[in-house]
Amino acid sequence: MSMFNIFNVSGSAVSAQSQRLNVVASNLANADTVAGPDGSAYKARHVVFTTTPMGEVGAAGVTVSNVTEDNAPGRRVHDPKHPQADAEGYVTFSNVNAVEEMVNMISASRSYQNNVEVMNTAKTLLMKTLQMGQNN
Amino acid sequence: MLNRLTDTLNFQAQALTLRSERQRLIASNIANADTPNYVARDFNFATALRDATGVASIGPSGTNMPRLAMKTGSPGHLGLGGKPAGSANPDMNYASASQTNLDSNSVDMDRERANFADNTVRYEATLRFINSSVRTLNTAITGQ
Repeated sequence: MSMFNIFNVSGSAVSAQSQRLNVVASNLANADTVAGPDGSAYKARHVVFTTTPMGEVGAAGVTVSNVTEDNAPGRRVHDPKHPQADAEGYVTFSNVNAVEEMVNMISASRSYQNNVEVMNTAKTLLMKTLQMGQNN
Repeated sequence: MLNRLTDTLNFQAQALTLRSERQRLIASNIANADTPNYVARDFNFATALRDATGVASIGPSGTNMPRLAMKTGSPGHLGLGGKPAGSANPDMNYASASQTNLDSNSVDMDRERANFADNTVRYEATLRFINSSVRTLNTAITGQ
């Protein structure tokens, strides 16, 4: 019965999207982190989605194949009184772009909802299929 | 004689199988809405059902001429179109992107959600057809 595979497909998408949401959360939490003693601040992370076949022909799930670090230079603010300021008086913040992360968060949560709805519909259909020929 | 009774059921069962295949395919498209380079897939239900059952259904072109299927006596025989007879693996069509995007993903969420809802309703309709055929058969054999 090929409909059972919908739970695997949508389940993989839900877990991939929640991992994306997790990464967005840690990026936003570290949006104002300054460079530590080693001189490098927090780098924004991004998930990379890849299609993965799920058993039968035509069923394609999603996995997070990689979590990459953004190598853009961090935000530099001139603040000589800051304890982490460098010799020129600049403080290096993380390179997280808060606007980009908020957009990412909304997109991830919409995709999550879509997949949950797909699973609910598949469940309803399967329950009705199980009752086939009984209600007479 | 008995196969006359179950012919309708077989046809509807084949339709139900194809509907569930399509449901899974659309679920895959929705799951991969954010995957770069993913190409959305779908199949033509009417053609697939005609290929799988070898009988005529009234297609979109309005033809209801019976299509002559070759007789297949063994599972290895090929039906029309080169696929094994009664195969539930229909020919896939690939969607092209409806809007330009940078990640080469051709899933159009509006289209997929509409297709999903449409397929859900049709799946339930097929279930109802099966249930009412069963009810008809039950009435016939209990003789009331």
